[in-house]
Amino acid sequence: MSESHPAAPATTSAAPTTPGAPAARELPREALVLGGNRIPFARAGGPYAGISNQDLLTAALDGLVARFGLQGEKLGEIAGGAVLKLAADLNLTRESALGTPLDPRTPAIDMGRACATGLESVVHVSNRIQLGQIDSAIACGVDSASDSPIEVTPRLRRTLHRAFAAKTPVQRLKALAGIRPGDLAPMPPRNSEPRTGLSMGEHMALTAAQWGVSREAQDELALASHRNLAAAYEAGFLDDLVTGYRGLGKDQNLRADSSMEKLASLKPVFGVKSPQVAEPTMTAGNSTPLSDGASAVLMGSADWAAEHGLTPLARVVDARISAVDFVHGEEGLLMAPAYAVPELLDANGMTLQDVDLYEIHEAFASTVLATLAAWESEEFCREKLGRSAPLGSIDRSRLNVAGSSLAAGHPFAATGGRIVATLAKLLHQRALETGRPQRGLISVCAAAGQGSVALLESVTP
Amino acid sequence: MADAYTRFVRSTPGAMIAKRTGLPRPARLLRREDRPEPVLGPVVVLGDSAGADQVAQLLLSWGADVRRRFEELRRVGSVVVVLDEVDAPDQLGPVLLPLAGAMRTLAPGARVVAVSRPATGQDPGRDATRGGIEGFTRSLAHEMRSGGTANGILAADGVALDAPGVIGALRFLLSARSAFVTGQFLEVTTAAGTLTEDSAQPLAGRTALVTGAARGIGAAIARTLAADGAHLVVLDVPAAGTELSRLANELRAVPIQLDVTSDGAGERLVQFLREHSLTLDVLVLNAGITRDKLFANMTPDRWDPVIGVNITSQITLTNALIDAGDVLGAQPRVVSLASTSGIAGNRGQTNYATSKAGVMAFVDALSSRLAEQGGTANAVAPGFIETEMTARMPAINREVARRVNSLQQGGLPVDVAEAIGFLSSAEAGGIQGQTLRVCGQNIVGR
Repeated sequence: MSESHPAAPATTSAAPTTPGAPAARELPREALVLGGNRIPFARAGGPYAGISNQDLLTAALDGLVARFGLQGEKLGEIAGGAVLKLAADLNLTRESALGTPLDPRTPAIDMGRACATGLESVVHVSNRIQLGQIDSAIACGVDSASDSPIEVTPRLRRTLHRAFAAKTPVQRLKALAGIRPGDLAPMPPRNSEPRTGLSMGEHMALTAAQWGVSREAQDELALASHRNLAAAYEAGFLDDLVTGYRGLGKDQNLRADSSMEKLASLKPVFGVKSPQVAEPTMTAGNSTPLSDGASAVLMGSADWAAEHGLTPLARVVDARISAVDFVHGEEGLLMAPAYAVPELLDANGMTLQDVDLYEIHEAFASTVLATLAAWESEEFCREKLGRSAPLGSIDRSRLNVAGSSLAAGHPFAATGGRIVATLAKLLHQRALETGRPQRGLISVCAAAGQGSVALLESVTP
Repeated sequence: MADAYTRFVRSTPGAMIAKRTGLPRPARLLRREDRPEPVLGPVVVLGDSAGADQVAQLLLSWGADVRRRFEELRRVGSVVVVLDEVDAPDQLGPVLLPLAGAMRTLAPGARVVAVSRPATGQDPGRDATRGGIEGFTRSLAHEMRSGGTANGILAADGVALDAPGVIGALRFLLSARSAFVTGQFLEVTTAAGTLTEDSAQPLAGRTALVTGAARGIGAAIARTLAADGAHLVVLDVPAAGTELSRLANELRAVPIQLDVTSDGAGERLVQFLREHSLTLDVLVLNAGITRDKLFANMTPDRWDPVIGVNITSQITLTNALIDAGDVLGAQPRVVSLASTSGIAGNRGQTNYATSKAGVMAFVDALSSRLAEQGGTANAVAPGFIETEMTARMPAINREVARRVNSLQQGGLPVDVAEAIGFLSSAEAGGIQGQTLRVCGQNIVGR
């Protein structure tokens, strides 16, 4: 899709360009981030154990409706999804929305791109708004690692289908008689890539070793994540981004008192059995835990925002998606954003250093560090990206400044909404403080070697 | 909603057993939805002062069936005894005794309201008369049957009986909104306040903040104030955020998640109100917790949070709101939650009773501070109310607590909410620094 978009120097009527500002595409109008809401993220098996995806998502949407007074409002679309989705949750997003005070005539779509589902939902509705198809939308996502689907074996499933289709009781009995004890064992969700058999952590351990990402650097990144998130809570930054749920007022995984010593004491958990990893570095402290949670982002056109008295925080400028061949070992499983980001920056006439704030999803601390290392590597940028020079390094003080997944947790499809709402508010605040437009980059890696990235820009009155 | 014992004695066999053995038989109390009319008629106005005529005219203007004597009435809904001009004890009998013969004609849920003046310490004979009315009314409240109540209004000398505060108090005490208020006196100290235009929506056009709103009594307060026409801001701790959001969605209210004991909570609240262009006319300080323990076993982790939430937070929040200067309306009403435990004390609740007794003294002082700008501060002291909190009491204690009041039952959260709704109204302007008990005339304390 990116090839069809030349790096147009055009400007839109709505956004007067400032020197070095992203060259916006010629579209009918802007898609604006108006705010967000999420429930605190909980550790799997914690306070949200036994609560369905639908209930979690309804809670996140209820909080959003309450915060923005959207009771009875008919929106253009609600887009969202879950990665770990029960077969019964056919219309998860629509069913969740029907549980809220929103106008029941608001349509909804279920989406899925693994961990990038939340960000993809934002991109989907922003495209619709930009094209003038809708005026308002909610992009959302939810996941419960505590309530993940458990399926029956394929043999049992086929036997049961035969029994259900049977026309006579005798036929039904005959079909059911074919069930063997072994068929009855349930099949828990796979925690590994179907094509390699390796878990995501094992894949990342290989990439981390390949890029020589040190244990200390990973622990530092994890510590920064906890400290930044704790400071954000302390400053009240999350007051209008998070709505408490089930007695949980803030993210359960957050360790405000974490330290390098505590992180250094943890044993490596990934790469420990892999012969390619000489020295395993990935621990429970620098890898995101399985989590439960949900998030939602309110988006709309400028007119819709004005009609509803809402202050736009940021506009969605552009987005890109890429995928890598991790199956044949040509690239690490979680390295796709390393390819999507340069494409996105080029399309908008920007360098990596033109970005004011970076949100690189911390699937693992090593994911962030390997991605940054790749952009700094002349060899990677020349051979894999076909560039004459590396993208270079970034100012680390502008990375994940309000904490990220290592501290907050990562309920897969809910992460995109968390990042977009947080970044939009950060950009808006910083634009007001500095008097200059602020640009933010989002990068989210996903299973099956995919990556979604997006560019936001602050909106100030 | 009734407890198991009450359901039993209302059944046919249960009623028979209770009658034979003299067990309490609590009546079903009528609330606003059961009896929406302002006065249960016919209403008899006793007394022959000019004030009595004023009261009769007022009741007529509400569309009530007003009489001046009991003759020929086989059933009486309400009685207003106007004693504003009595100054010797022997003047009481001629006004009050006609009621004695009519007691058996009082309808279920009947209302008796005495309107008199408070003792001032200036005239011993007159004060004795005025003081006597209190004893009469409180005793009569104990004798009322079938959910009937008896209460009093004390209009300060110089306050006419058609002052907004008197009319408001009369309206409240005669209505079904005061179902669990009995044996109580409301003192109207000034003629301040404004009559409401629409008595069905006494809070129309006003903005009210309720703390601790997510559940229990707080949610009932929010719902009642919203039904009275107020625009609501509902506040609770972040951990109760989703319950708060759902209440906000139900009432189209503005939710704010805030721990009222956190550093800078008052400033954060002020900032939030400014950002949302909200001006508060009503502030209901409901957030409260219990950490019951005998004092012999009291520890800081049980003492400090109770003091912190129940009273210190009220002081810091009101200070911040008043000091801000631009977030309170012209005639602000502050209503704080006290407790009968704070009046009489309660075994195992030294921490709680300390905080709640503090609340009562606090509103008295606060009302003086707010008086310059036409504001008031009052408290409501619930007795035994059926909530999640009291549902966790040991069964026998709970059963005893329910029966030791004149109405022989626990109150409902809505009863507390209705009293708060009244004290929040514009017409309650003359009522300042008081604590109104909503306890069914619990036997402890006054």
